[in-house]
Amino acid sequence: MGETWDVLVAGGGNAALCAAIAARRAGARVLVVEAAPKFYRGGNTRHTRNMRCAHETATEHLTGPYTEDEFWDDLLRVTQGQTDEDLARYMIAKSSHMLGWIGEQGVRFQPSLGGTLSLGRTNSFFLGGGRAMLNALYLTAEKLGVEVRYDTPITALEIDNGRFRAAILNGTTRIEARSFVAAAGGFEANLEWLKESWGDRAENFLIRGTPYNRGDVLRMLIDAGVEPVGDPTQCHAVAIDARAPKFDGGIITRLDCVVFGIVVNSEARRFYDEGEDFWPKRYAIWGRLVADQPDQIAYILFDAKSLKMFMPSLYPPVTAGSIAELAGKLGLDAARLEATVGDFNGAVRSGSFDHTVLDDCRTEGLNPPKTHWARRIDEAPFYAYPVRPGITFTYLGTRVDRHARVRMANVGPSENMFAAGEIMAGNVLGRGYAAGIGMTIGGVFGRIAGEEAARHAVG
Amino acid sequence: MQLADHHAEAERLMTICNACRYCEGLCAVFPAMEMRRSFGAGDLDYLANLCHGCGACYVDCQFSPPHEFEVNVPRTLATVRARSYRDHAWPGFLRSLFDHNGLAISLAAALGVAGFILGFVSWHQPAVLVEAHRDPSSFYALMPHEAMVTLFGTAFLLALVALAMGFRSFWRAAREQIPEPAGGGSLLQALRDAGTLRYLDGGGVGCYNEDERPTDNRRFYHHLTFYGFLLCFAATTSATLMHYLLDMPAPYAWYMPPKVLGTLGGLGLIVGPVGLFLARIRRDPELNDADCSGIDTAFIGMLFGTGLTGILLMLLRQTPAMGIMLALHLGFVLALFVTMPYSKFVHGIYRYAALVLYALERRRLGSKADRS
Repeated sequence: MGETWDVLVAGGGNAALCAAIAARRAGARVLVVEAAPKFYRGGNTRHTRNMRCAHETATEHLTGPYTEDEFWDDLLRVTQGQTDEDLARYMIAKSSHMLGWIGEQGVRFQPSLGGTLSLGRTNSFFLGGGRAMLNALYLTAEKLGVEVRYDTPITALEIDNGRFRAAILNGTTRIEARSFVAAAGGFEANLEWLKESWGDRAENFLIRGTPYNRGDVLRMLIDAGVEPVGDPTQCHAVAIDARAPKFDGGIITRLDCVVFGIVVNSEARRFYDEGEDFWPKRYAIWGRLVADQPDQIAYILFDAKSLKMFMPSLYPPVTAGSIAELAGKLGLDAARLEATVGDFNGAVRSGSFDHTVLDDCRTEGLNPPKTHWARRIDEAPFYAYPVRPGITFTYLGTRVDRHARVRMANVGPSENMFAAGEIMAGNVLGRGYAAGIGMTIGGVFGRIAGEEAARHAVG
Repeated sequence: MQLADHHAEAERLMTICNACRYCEGLCAVFPAMEMRRSFGAGDLDYLANLCHGCGACYVDCQFSPPHEFEVNVPRTLATVRARSYRDHAWPGFLRSLFDHNGLAISLAAALGVAGFILGFVSWHQPAVLVEAHRDPSSFYALMPHEAMVTLFGTAFLLALVALAMGFRSFWRAAREQIPEPAGGGSLLQALRDAGTLRYLDGGGVGCYNEDERPTDNRRFYHHLTFYGFLLCFAATTSATLMHYLLDMPAPYAWYMPPKVLGTLGGLGLIVGPVGLFLARIRRDPELNDADCSGIDTAFIGMLFGTGLTGILLMLLRQTPAMGIMLALHLGFVLALFVTMPYSKFVHGIYRYAALVLYALERRRLGSKADRS
């Protein structure tokens, strides 16, 4: 049986819902198809907690202004220039209207969370987190008359010369639509796809979001001739607790203690400067560092004096009265670990420890060095967290223009296909990450995609 | 120390929540949790009694069932809360009254009513129960005022002593990690927070009860119930004062304070508990601790019975039904008083204590500039 809609939205997260609401408000009949069941709806949005938007003054929930220029500088720094300046600046300008608009859709905000004061000026935190934000958007969409179908993956797309005709849902139902919005995320949960770049190492990766972020729509679009953007081999990877579930462990499996100790691999050897820079600036390199170690596993070691200096995490640390005992519990060579800790302790030059500045506690004559916050690991009990690479999102996406219209390779803009959110984030975010920017991309381009899709469909 | 099962599950959840913190803006529980890195039994009893069961953290949680972490804070804290009523009850041998609370309280009510009927009949002719009464002081013809005061005064005092001992036990346990002495500011703040049910609003949009739509009216019905109860209490107090200080014995005209307060309060005690009961049976079973439904239903049943019999007694005062209605009403009130320390009544005491402790902790939090 066939059905015809004005706008078909693939996906169910922030970008998809912003697109659906904007299109519906513009008068279109909108169908949202979400591959996940209702509980897991929303892809990575369910694990987010804030959105980075430019604003001229402090507000009830933001401690000070964050100008468009400062936002641009931050984006330029984290992407090291791998961004489309025109599109990025356009998004940043639009972001200043986002907080008001998304507030009108029922999303509520609060001051920054405990332990995230550094984001209190730039980022607006969702009251109750990302799932609360999603719940509000879904309620609004529902009230407006948007239809949402869960457990409904798109299994095929009919695209002629850059023009969307129809989508096949669940391998059976054919849906025609005048406009199509792809807001179905990246492929971070698709281990087979990750293996194309990472080989068997990907078997040992943990996926921080749901198993439904498979990138099927992205692949179908690229196969249909949509111009890709972003490094197809790269993903945002952090070191998370190795005991976390394979999928959807979310934020609570993160560990913020690298700077307080040393990190060793399965051969009980250090491999990188743990005190290179402040943790918020370095946490995103550790996923890749661990991915390059044997068996993709590493262990963060620290002692009693550091235990209470970082955010608590889900699992308790492995605890022992001596380094040798700790090695036994971790399955590491005890003599080797004692030697590594001994070498480190011997190289530590005492200074005045202060984790809030780049202090003068460092090692001398050690390779790799620890350049800040180096303190001897000598006070029992000793602790360790096992860590593995935790994949947050992938960078490969579809190229779009200011109207969120996807570009066909060697052809130009598609007539009726739009993209928003993680599936096109690579246009703006070619590498790196800044907290809350994924939600900005999703919100801003979601709204644009919805409005443009509706304009094309219903005039 | 090894935690009991209900505390162990609450500790597991608080460890997860403390690593997430997305819900900290919803209510008092999560900011209080963030001030701790470890959770003992007393801490968990404190957090459980800070929780008003609005359900917002459940619908907002990315780790609630069917997620394998199975984070269900409202239900888990409801279990801990119900157990805290039992664990802090005094004297200890009466704790088992919480085990089959619905039965215990129904029995108390039945015994109360039967006692008054038997009393009236054995002190008078059986006919007094079924006569029409036109004498203005007819209540006291069935039971002398002094006897009423002695009986209810004694029951009330005993309940107060037991409640005070329960409060003491809870207070000592709950302030495990709160060294500050309670001061005027915190008492007042807690009074405001309890009086407005500040934390029963789902973080600002209303509570969740049946699904993820914030449509719940429990705060409204709880206000009717609680302020209805206070008005009834004020009615009785004003009548006692008028009796002894102003030498104005009952009955009172409709516009006199005992009548006005009692009528309004009685209506509150009828409508409020009905609203709360309907909300309870419509509630998503995931949010409820099945074990405490008896405790909840018994208590709102008693309040409803007290309100209904009071209003009926007033309406039927001059009919042959008066004797029975008086026995019913006095029976319910006596049972309510006697069972107070062993019923859900104690939730108000512990909730208030928890809010005082939270106000103390907030002050400490305010003095800390940076927690990161």
